[in-house]
Amino acid sequence: MKILIKGGRLIDPASNLDRIGDVAIANGRIVHLGDVGDFHAERMVDATGLIVAPGLVDLCARLREPGHEHEGLLESELAAAAAGGVTSLVCPPDTDPVLDEPGLVEMLKFRARKLSRCRLFPLGALTRQLSGAALTEMAELTEAGCIGFSQAEVPIKDTLVLSRALQYAATYGYTVWLRPMDAYLGGGVAASGAVATRLGLSGVPVSAETVALHTIFELVRATGARVHLCRLSSAAGVELVRAAKKEGLPVTADVSINSLHLSDVDIGYFDSAMRLTPPLRQGRDRDALRAGLADGTLDALVSDHMPVTTDEKAVPFAEATPGATGLELLLSLAMRWAQDSGLPLQRALAVVTAEPVRVLGSALGSLSASAGRLVEGGVADVCVFDAGASWAVMPERLASQGKHTPFAFASSGFELPARVRCTLVAGHIAFEAQ
Amino acid sequence: MLSKRNPQLNKHGELIHLLSIEGLPRAVIEQILDTAGSFLSVNDREVKKVPLLRGKSVFNLFFENSTRTRTTFEIAAKRLSADVINLDIARSSTAKGETLLDTVANLSAMHADMFVVRHSESGAPHLIAQHCAPHVHVVNAGDGRHAHPTQGLLDMYTIRHFKQDFRNLTVAIVGDIVHSRVARSDIHALNILGVPEIRAVGPKTLVPGDLRDMGVRVCHDMAEGVKDADVIIMLRLQNERMNGGMLPSSGEFFKHFGLTPDKLRLAKPDAIVMHPGPINRGVEIASEVADGKSSVILPQVTFGIAVRMAVMAILAGNEA
Repeated sequence: MKILIKGGRLIDPASNLDRIGDVAIANGRIVHLGDVGDFHAERMVDATGLIVAPGLVDLCARLREPGHEHEGLLESELAAAAAGGVTSLVCPPDTDPVLDEPGLVEMLKFRARKLSRCRLFPLGALTRQLSGAALTEMAELTEAGCIGFSQAEVPIKDTLVLSRALQYAATYGYTVWLRPMDAYLGGGVAASGAVATRLGLSGVPVSAETVALHTIFELVRATGARVHLCRLSSAAGVELVRAAKKEGLPVTADVSINSLHLSDVDIGYFDSAMRLTPPLRQGRDRDALRAGLADGTLDALVSDHMPVTTDEKAVPFAEATPGATGLELLLSLAMRWAQDSGLPLQRALAVVTAEPVRVLGSALGSLSASAGRLVEGGVADVCVFDAGASWAVMPERLASQGKHTPFAFASSGFELPARVRCTLVAGHIAFEAQ
Repeated sequence: MLSKRNPQLNKHGELIHLLSIEGLPRAVIEQILDTAGSFLSVNDREVKKVPLLRGKSVFNLFFENSTRTRTTFEIAAKRLSADVINLDIARSSTAKGETLLDTVANLSAMHADMFVVRHSESGAPHLIAQHCAPHVHVVNAGDGRHAHPTQGLLDMYTIRHFKQDFRNLTVAIVGDIVHSRVARSDIHALNILGVPEIRAVGPKTLVPGDLRDMGVRVCHDMAEGVKDADVIIMLRLQNERMNGGMLPSSGEFFKHFGLTPDKLRLAKPDAIVMHPGPINRGVEIASEVADGKSSVILPQVTFGIAVRMAVMAILAGNEA
């Protein structure tokens, strides 16, 4: 279908594009950007007063299929992605069964493609069953569509296995995605500190993150593997990443919308919506994460989308399943961070478009030239949104099956900026606001 | 984020649940202590009953074993003429997979007026209080390592009884403080009542530096910790601590942090020795001290019944 997006403010952080203009789309691609002359569109999207940006690229969203269909389905979660303006997402391998077989990966990609709501880039398991012992067939999994390898939330305890996994991945130039968390130190349910002490919750000290980072960096030095660090949570952690990058180590890092905006004080009276991994740390950690995202130490902002059921949250804090819904909040929380930090809108968009694509690098194949970007001849993955609007998060109105979020208006008391009006994936309209 | 209203108080600032000492106004604590004083005389009568909770049902929901605390709550409720039902949760529906909230909902359908809850997870009584019917009151009988407010209150009653004025006391709490809900409740109460010097005494694995955030002076030396103390509260050392790699042995603990007559001599001559019980003789406290003239461990138990009567009577009189 030929679509014309008319009169919006076109912003592409990767090319510094920022002008009023049109976007002409045909055959799934952007055929013309800017001043579009004759173009007989079958469908027109009026973008007057709206921003026209690349579709968002979310480096961590869990779709809960296969295995956790009670909590979420591909249909609901990919619909949530589209509602959030997300056109590409990376999902971790901690499904059930674990994504350690090429057949599973192919099935997942096939089903997602049929839904045409969002592009899916799965991470393969680094070890079979995520058990931290035997390596997976990384080359086979890459052929099936995996863009990297991960241990999800299950750190490898055996350093010899971890070292070999990195070494093997380095053979092929695959990126290994690791959560910097020591398995033993990281067993608590809340960040160590005054709040955890007062509430009598078992603590996760900062050393759980820094010990893991030191180990990972040492092994990167030894093996030359590329590592993407998933979800930094502490000021000390950010410092270590900064030093590692300065040294020239091939590492990138991301931070979640939750850690970027919240701190342990928000736990209040044991609010299980705040039961998250990594745990929410103190205000100065949050400030360091914000500064780290601003100066590029942290490359990307992720939703860390994790749909959980009410049954999993309506239990004592320590027993609750960690996680919160996030796909529909990613754009708004990126904007809010930029507003709070005095950064321009382009920067808010960069950390959820161009920068995540840069992290993914060549793993995206031919898409890497145009995903997360608005470029003539490139894929028509577009997010049209109203930067001036604000909205109250009402869980029951979210498209995701996951209704639990710390940013629900009823508990946060504030509205979020920016409302998605229209999302296009490969030139089809995947979402349109009513 | 929205600052959340203290769930223990109604909009008039009256107590509708007792979940934690933290956040209680000083006046509420003093009201409980004063009311407890009036109930002490009830316990001395031949017929030890007042009709304040007649017709009310008090359900003891103990998800964690405790004969002694459950018994004192039962005695207290019966002295107020309430009907008491004890739920042995380990053998009940929870073992069959029923969630905490479903258990509470089922019991509420049996017209409970008050739940006395003990649970191994911090925050469980808060969760129950959030979900139970408006007229039902929740009393926290101990949740994880978070709080044991009635113990904290009876400890304060004991200190007030023997020392009168909180404002010029030095109180030392000794032992496994990081895992202790009693210690947390005591520390909050002592701070609210204006005790100027509160010391947390023990090895670093049991008394980490970040306890300072609660308003205590951290001491890793027993002699320094009890020097010139007016009140020494000893905590029981749990065996799990040795298994969890936090301590090598109870013998080494006793040698350095046990309360012996020698260590007691460093405190003030009229210092009182307290313990929430049950005591481990020769582990945290020497027999000679537990049975000696400074020990007020047994009066604590008597005061505990009166304090629990006071808490239940006050709660029953306040509406959500």
